[in-house]
Amino acid sequence: MNVSYLYSLLAVIILGLIAYVGAAIGLESLFGIVIPYLAILAFLVGFVNKVLDWAKSPVPFRITTTCGQQKTLDWIKPSTIDNPTTTRGVIIRMLLEILLFRSLFRNTRVEFKGEKVSYKWVIWLWLFAIMFHYSFFVVVIRHLRFFVEPTPFFVNALETVDGMLQLGLPGLFISGATLLGATTLLLLRRILLPKMNYISRAADYFPLFLIIGIALTGIMMRYFTKVDVVKIKELTMGLASFHPGIPEGGVSALFYVHLFFVSLLVAYIPFSKLMHMGGIFLSPTRNLANNNRMKRHINPWNPKVKIHTYDEYEEDFRDKMKDAGIPVEKE
Amino acid sequence: MGDLPKPDEMYESIDHTPPEEEWEKIESPITPGRYAYPAKDKNLSIMEFRTPGEWSPADEEWPLPENWQQIIHEGFKERLEKYRSLKIFMDTCVRCGACADKCHYFIGTGDPKNMPVVRAELLRSIYRNDFTTAGKILKKLSGGRELTKEVIKEWFAYFYQCSECRRCSVFCPYGIDTAEVTMMGRELLNLLGLNINWIMEPVANCFRTGNHLGIQPQAFKEIVEFLCDDIEEITGIKINPTFNRKGAEILFITPSGDYFADPGTYTFMGYLMLFEALGLDYTLSTYASEGGNFGLFTSSDAMKKLNSKMYAEAKRLGVKWILGGECGHMWRVINQYMDTMNGPADFLEVPKSPITGTVFNNASSTKMVHITEFTADLIRHNKLKLDPSRNDKFKVTYHDSCNPARAMGLLEEPRYVINNVCNYFYEMPENTIREQTFCCGSGSGLNTEEVMDLRLRGGLPRANAVKHVHEKYGVNMLACICAIDRAAFPPLMEYWVPEVGTTGIHELVANALVMDGEKERTTDLRFEPLKEEEDEADEG
Repeated sequence: MNVSYLYSLLAVIILGLIAYVGAAIGLESLFGIVIPYLAILAFLVGFVNKVLDWAKSPVPFRITTTCGQQKTLDWIKPSTIDNPTTTRGVIIRMLLEILLFRSLFRNTRVEFKGEKVSYKWVIWLWLFAIMFHYSFFVVVIRHLRFFVEPTPFFVNALETVDGMLQLGLPGLFISGATLLGATTLLLLRRILLPKMNYISRAADYFPLFLIIGIALTGIMMRYFTKVDVVKIKELTMGLASFHPGIPEGGVSALFYVHLFFVSLLVAYIPFSKLMHMGGIFLSPTRNLANNNRMKRHINPWNPKVKIHTYDEYEEDFRDKMKDAGIPVEKE
Repeated sequence: MGDLPKPDEMYESIDHTPPEEEWEKIESPITPGRYAYPAKDKNLSIMEFRTPGEWSPADEEWPLPENWQQIIHEGFKERLEKYRSLKIFMDTCVRCGACADKCHYFIGTGDPKNMPVVRAELLRSIYRNDFTTAGKILKKLSGGRELTKEVIKEWFAYFYQCSECRRCSVFCPYGIDTAEVTMMGRELLNLLGLNINWIMEPVANCFRTGNHLGIQPQAFKEIVEFLCDDIEEITGIKINPTFNRKGAEILFITPSGDYFADPGTYTFMGYLMLFEALGLDYTLSTYASEGGNFGLFTSSDAMKKLNSKMYAEAKRLGVKWILGGECGHMWRVINQYMDTMNGPADFLEVPKSPITGTVFNNASSTKMVHITEFTADLIRHNKLKLDPSRNDKFKVTYHDSCNPARAMGLLEEPRYVINNVCNYFYEMPENTIREQTFCCGSGSGLNTEEVMDLRLRGGLPRANAVKHVHEKYGVNMLACICAIDRAAFPPLMEYWVPEVGTTGIHELVANALVMDGEKERTTDLRFEPLKEEEDEADEG
C-alpha cells in the first residue's frame, strides 16, 4: 500500500511544531506579521502570474465536450445547458459546474456482477466535495469578522444560520464541524479506497492535512483552549489595516500554528493543484459554446500547410481517370 | 484470433486491484496484443515526419535521434504556448479519481496506467519537472520526474491505448479531456518519428489518393458501379451515380470504409438508394473520397492537410453545399476543426434541403450537413415511402459513436430515423449510451489486427451492454453511425455476443425504403431473405 500520506502528515506536524515553538521563543512577529504578509504576496503574485500565463496561450479550437442533444432541426429539442449554443447557455453550464459540481454529480462506479458489467450512480465524492467547499467558504466568510470593523451584516447573518444548532458555549458552528468532517472523509477515501490510494501522491495529501490542521487548531481555540479573541482581533486588524503589531501580553501559541497553516495554504495555492479554483473557469471543453457549425472559430496561429492539390492529384491519375470516364480538368 | 483466451477466461482475468508498486516504477509492458506495428518510413516521409528506419516497439533500444530530449522539451514548450487547453489540463487536475473507472481500456484491462488520470500524469509528471516552479524545487514531491527513454516507451504504449473517446471528460469536474492530452502526447512522439502504421498509412494514402485505403479514382468508380449492380439485382432499379461532376448541387462525402468492406458497403448502398429515390442532384468525388481523417490521430497539421480537400473540392466543383456520411471521428473534425482550419467556406451556400426546403441553420458556417440530420428531416416531412416491416427480423439497438455524441451531440436524429424504419428498437442501459456511450474499443486508429487483445478488452463495456439487451429483448442487430464501428464491431460481437450483427443506419433506411418502380423485394441489402426463415416452427 502507498503510504506517501505519512510524509505529508509528518511535514504538517513538523510545520505546526515549528510555529508553536517559534511563537514560544519570541518569534511572534515572524509568524504573526512577516510570514502572513509574505504568504499573501506569494499568493497574489503567483495567482496572477498563473492566470496571465494561461491567458497568454490562445484557444485554437472550440473543443466543447457535449453532454446532450445538439441544436439542429426545429422539432428536436436541444439540450441548451449541457450542449450550449449561446453565451447564456454557457454561463448556466459554468455556474452549474462551479456552484453545484454538476459533472461530479454524474459519477458512477463500475462493478463486475457475475457476467454483467454495471455502472452504479455514486454521489459520495460529490457530497464530500460539496460539503468541503461550502463549509470552507462559510468559514472564510465568518473570518471576515477578524479583518473588517464593524463586522459586515452578512457575516453576522451567516453566523446566526451557521450556529442555529445552539449547541454548547460558545455555540457550535456547523461549518467548522463539516469542514473537519469532509476533509477527513476525503482523506480516508484516498487512504482506504485502493484505486484512490494508488493515484494519490504527497501533493494530494499535503493540502488535506494542512486544512485538517487549520480546522483542528481553529476548533481547539474556539471550543477548548478558549483563546483571547479580542487580542487576536487586534492582531488581525493590524494586519488588515497595514499597521501590524503584536498585542501586549501575547496570544496563545496555538493561534500562531493556526495562522502559519493558513499562510502556508494561501502561499501554496498558485504552485499546486489548488489552482483548479482558477482553472475551472478557463477549461475550453466547458466554457465554449458548441456552435462551430454556425459560427467560425478563429485560430490565431492557423498554420499554412502543404496540401496535395487537386491538380497534383489529377497529374498522378489523369490517364486512369480518363479511361474510367471520370471528368478531368486538363484533357 | 488464435492466441486469444476464451471470452469467459478473458472476462475472469480482469482484475482492477492496483499493483503493489507505484506506477512510476513499473516499466511499461510492451507485450504482443497491446502494441501496434510502427509506422513505415515510406508513409512517414510522405507526410514529412522523421523517418526512424525499421524498428519494433519490442526492441530494447529505440531509434531515437541524438537530441531527442531537446526535441521533446521544445515540442512540449511550443504546444503549451499554442494550446491553453494543454496548460489548463496540466495544472488543474486534483486527482479526485472521478475519471479512473470511466475508461473502457481500464475497465477491460485493469491496467492502472489506463486510468485517464494516470494517462495524463504520464505527460503531467514531465510538465511539472520541466516547466513549473514547484516541480523544479520540490522535484518528486510535487509529482515530477525526469524525461527518460523509459518515459518515451511508456508514452508510446499508453497514448496508443487511448481511443480519444472523451468519456472521461464528461465526468471530470474541470472538463479535462484526455483526448487532448493523448493528441499532444502523440504529436510529441511524432516529432521523434514514432507512430503506428495503422494510422500513418491511411494518412499517407489519403494525402495522395484522396482516401485512407489508397483506392485510386478508377477503382473507386468500379467499386461503386459494382455496388450499383447489387442494388439493381435487389430492387430492379439501375443507379448511375456521377463522379467529380461540376455543377451538382450537393457534394457527398463519406468514409472510404463505407465502400470498401462489409457491412459498410450496405450502408453505402443505402445512401445511393436514398439519393436515387429523392432524385437528388449530387456527385461523388474521387479526390475528396474520404470522410474520415486519421490526421486527427496524428497531428493538427496532418488533420488540416487531409481535411483541406473537402472545401477545395466543393469549390472546384461549384456545388452549393456538402452532405456527409455516417462516420464518428469525421464529424468531430467537421464540427470542431474544419471551419477553423480550412474555412471560411464563403463560396458555398447555407445548406437547404431541395426536397423539404428546410434550411440547416445549424450548419450555416460550415455548410456541411450530417446525413442523419438530412434523413430525419425527410422523414419528418413525410418525403419517404417506408415499410419498416422489411426490417422486422432485426431487433435493433443503437450505439452512439463517441465523437458524434461527445463532440457534437448528435443523439436524437439517428434514433428518430431508426424508429421510423424499424419496428423493434431497444436502448442499451442508460450509463452506456448518449454522452456516456462506450467506445467500440478500436477508435483513434487502433482498429488493427495486432492489437486484437486490447480491442476486445476495450470493447468489453460496449459488448457487455449489447449482451444485456440481447438477452433481455433478443436484440440481434447493432446499429451505428461510424465506419470504424462497422469495421470494429463484427469481430467484437463475434467474440462477446456472437448472435449480434452490425449495421449502419442507412442500410436499415434502404431496407425500408420503397422506391418508385422497384420490383418486389425478397431480400435485404445483404441478399438475405427479408423474413427470418421459420425453420424451427416448421420442424416443431
